[in-house]
Amino acid sequence: MRLDYPTNIKIIRVPCTGKVDVMHLLRAIQKGADGVYAVGCLEGNCHYNEGNLRARERVDHVRILLEEIGLEADRVRMYNLSSGEGPTFAAYAKEMTDNIRELGPNPLKKWAKTH
Amino acid sequence: MIVAERKPFEEIKEMLKGYKKVLSVGCGTCVAVCLTGGEKEVAVLNAELDMARKLEEDPIELGAATIERQCDREYLEVLDEMVKPYEALLSMACGAGIQFLAERYPDKPVLPAVDTTFIGVNQDVGWYEERCRSCSACVLAWTGGICPVTMCAKGLYNGPCGGTDQGKCEISQDQPCAWFEIYGRLAGQDRLDLIKRFYAIVPWKNQKPRTLIQPGYKKPEQAK
Repeated sequence: MRLDYPTNIKIIRVPCTGKVDVMHLLRAIQKGADGVYAVGCLEGNCHYNEGNLRARERVDHVRILLEEIGLEADRVRMYNLSSGEGPTFAAYAKEMTDNIRELGPNPLKKWAKTH
Repeated sequence: MIVAERKPFEEIKEMLKGYKKVLSVGCGTCVAVCLTGGEKEVAVLNAELDMARKLEEDPIELGAATIERQCDREYLEVLDEMVKPYEALLSMACGAGIQFLAERYPDKPVLPAVDTTFIGVNQDVGWYEERCRSCSACVLAWTGGICPVTMCAKGLYNGPCGGTDQGKCEISQDQPCAWFEIYGRLAGQDRLDLIKRFYAIVPWKNQKPRTLIQPGYKKPEQAK
């Protein structure tokens, strides 16, 4: 399957979205990422039963925190798909990129240290 | 354990207005267990404050330190050197810890980042319920292990009142009537005769700050 998806996305692999912590998401935004999204298994299909459900709660929490500090909640999202859905993965990558382009760059980018 | 709730972000931000270098101090005991003021919550709050202040073009330098307990001198001691370069301290401990921190560093403004809420139990991760008002006059032996001061909306010692409604309290159908529960518990233990006991009104010793010195211990000035 030679699928195209936006090249601006940096993938960070985790064993399960249940491993994704509030601080991981928050730190990404703090360090200047325009957006960050977690892609988990379909709800009800978690190998660890509730990893993806916990991830969703954490994503929702971060969305609230972002609004508190004056950033758009939509810079952080959660998507679900099965490992066999390559085209859906590409579609979500495009959808998230379009969403972020609409929001514009992260205003914190200028404060982020450049390495 | 002592349960606390983080203050609204706006309120914390308002407290820190004008400060450029602040140390956030977490507490590793009760407030860490109730997911309000431990190491992780300090990191989340600092990240939020850092971003919010940058968005306002008014950056703040934030330090983080979480000690075992803020209500204990031996643990506070490790902060003595650390606090020096900071203009103010933001404490995520309970009210007791915050005051002990303020007492140790009287020249630093010590600001509370949490509201201390109650003494409670852990029903599940993230779910806590009040069980004790620390009234200094425990009657649990006679009330089937259910506290009428805490669990009854009126704190009645000789209940129930006229508002008991099929096992619920008049304030809400979600709130069980403490005295209905006490009756059921005592009946189940065949100790129902205890409900006939009359209890004098609570002396409310908690109206003034209390001190406890365990047998075999003394205040330093008494020990001399």
